[in-house]
Amino acid sequence: MSDTEQQVEVGTDQIRNSQSAIRNSDRNSKFAIRNSDLIIFDDVSKFYGEILGVNRVNLQIGPGITSLVGPNGAGKSTLMNLMTGLLQPTRGAISILGTPTDQPEELFRKVGYCTQFDSFPRGLTGRDFIKSYLLIQGLDHKQADSLTTTALERVSLLDAADRKVAAYSKGMRQRIRLAQSLAHRPSVLILDEPLNGLDPMVRAETIALFRSLADEGMHLIISSHILHEVDMMSDFVVLVNNGYVVAEGNIHGVRDEMEEHPMQILIRCDQPGKLAAHVFAEDHVVEARVHEDHRGLFVRTRRADDFHLLLNRIVADGEVNIESIAPVDDDMNAVYQYLIGSDGGST
Amino acid sequence: MSSTVNTVNNKLAKPSLPWSLWLRQIRAIFSLETRKNFLGKRAILIYLLALLPVSMLGLLALVPTPKSNNFANLSMIFAWIYAGLILRTVVFFGCAWIFMNLFRGELVDRSLHYYFLSPVRREVLVVGKYLSGVVASSVLFVGTTIVSLLLLYFPDHFSESGRFFFDGPGMSQLLTYAGVTMLACIGYGAFFLFIGLFFRNPIIPALVMYGWELINFLLPPLLKKISVIHYLNSLVPIQVSEGPFAVVAEPTPSWIAIPGLLLVTLLVLIAAGYRIRHLEIKYGSE
Repeated sequence: MSDTEQQVEVGTDQIRNSQSAIRNSDRNSKFAIRNSDLIIFDDVSKFYGEILGVNRVNLQIGPGITSLVGPNGAGKSTLMNLMTGLLQPTRGAISILGTPTDQPEELFRKVGYCTQFDSFPRGLTGRDFIKSYLLIQGLDHKQADSLTTTALERVSLLDAADRKVAAYSKGMRQRIRLAQSLAHRPSVLILDEPLNGLDPMVRAETIALFRSLADEGMHLIISSHILHEVDMMSDFVVLVNNGYVVAEGNIHGVRDEMEEHPMQILIRCDQPGKLAAHVFAEDHVVEARVHEDHRGLFVRTRRADDFHLLLNRIVADGEVNIESIAPVDDDMNAVYQYLIGSDGGST
Repeated sequence: MSSTVNTVNNKLAKPSLPWSLWLRQIRAIFSLETRKNFLGKRAILIYLLALLPVSMLGLLALVPTPKSNNFANLSMIFAWIYAGLILRTVVFFGCAWIFMNLFRGELVDRSLHYYFLSPVRREVLVVGKYLSGVVASSVLFVGTTIVSLLLLYFPDHFSESGRFFFDGPGMSQLLTYAGVTMLACIGYGAFFLFIGLFFRNPIIPALVMYGWELINFLLPPLLKKISVIHYLNSLVPIQVSEGPFAVVAEPTPSWIAIPGLLLVTLLVLIAAGYRIRHLEIKYGSE
């Protein structure tokens, strides 16, 4: 191990101790899946000279939508580039559904990657762009034409297919790259900020497309800054900060594991004061505050499951009439704020 | 946007014969790159270079020249033009531009990753791109060589030139010059492709190589052999004097020069294949 790596390790011990890479049980259940169905990072580090890209990443990613979330420079794109062999790890190994990333001829029959690079080979139309790279895979013209048309349809770009890519708007360029990455029907689709530049209608359609691809059993790895969209579409999240994976798993599972940040719950009820008296008796409840309108109670608890059992008992006893129970900070935005310390720049 | 999905893999049948697959892939890469080499914006410089000797000789053909110009001297005049202008300038810099841009140009344009994200062996990519460069440079510069030679002979000495080319040694000289130009494209092409893969700023190593080729006539016989120009000079039909300071060395026989040049080209391409296997895409640092 180089001096730089050692220094970085020492310097980041605090991060790892305080945030201690949260992995929830949903994620762990994936260990039952065969390695050939998983994307596996085995102790992967990447250094750019003396600069840390990512360090000691261990991940197992199964089918469904997995979002990579973190601030700029956290290491999300580095992880994606490592996954696709555009970068090679300084240490460790990565395999995608059983294929190492240094075998592009095998890897990219399974993988499509829509990068963040907003650039294209010169002089091509949208159709030529997709078809050319299908031909390079060794397909004949008929197959390539058919797959090209299907991909263009999927991203609603058929009408503009014969225009030069250079004349496309930003959103169209984003979509044509998406079409190119999924044209060969990969099993794994890696998407670096795929919603950038899309208008709200197309965003919604694109998310629906991702959802349907995931439902078919595909692996989708998506990086995004838009936390509510991550919340909406992701089965799993991987939070990355300063080159480390600080949490991974189902969003709610990750939130449950964060004991240093008690869960906030708002209970709408007719007698918040009485409810407060009941819940304060429990040692996992750290705060209870009556809502300004006196028709609800904010509770902060270290163990949400135990708290819900308590509420069940209170309701069963008929002492308080409860109208609704809603977690206040059980979403991606809260998880991001607690683990990374900002709101991610957008919500 | 359609949400119907025909996931997943592999309707694309994985071919069992890699050679057949590789040939199809090389053909597809060749086709895409050849279009870029001939029609891309970067091709303008190559056309200008290729037209340089043609336009010079074309202009000379338009200007009345003294009839004292001896037909017998034309072979030597062309040998000078070929060695000084066509081979050392047009072909050298033309190949530098075409072959260095095969990879370096795509790194600058940030489009190389599309190839790297395709299921193609990277060595196959090197071969496809290299062949497209060889075809583009050969077509242009062999064309330049032939047209230049004809422009020197025919305008002022039409009937003598006809006899020279069809009944004399003219056609053989023309074909030899064309062959040497093509070998130059093959040899220089491999070196420049290699340089484009290794150096972020390939201009400096290209200029160093140019300097090395330029001072070749001053080098001792052993060092002369570590160059492309030495073998090309050995193959041209008419040798030109390299001046009073030149270190004279025996020309390498063609049966060694041609296979030797091709062997070195192959070794350089193998090194390029090794290099590209380990190349990372880090556009930010390009």
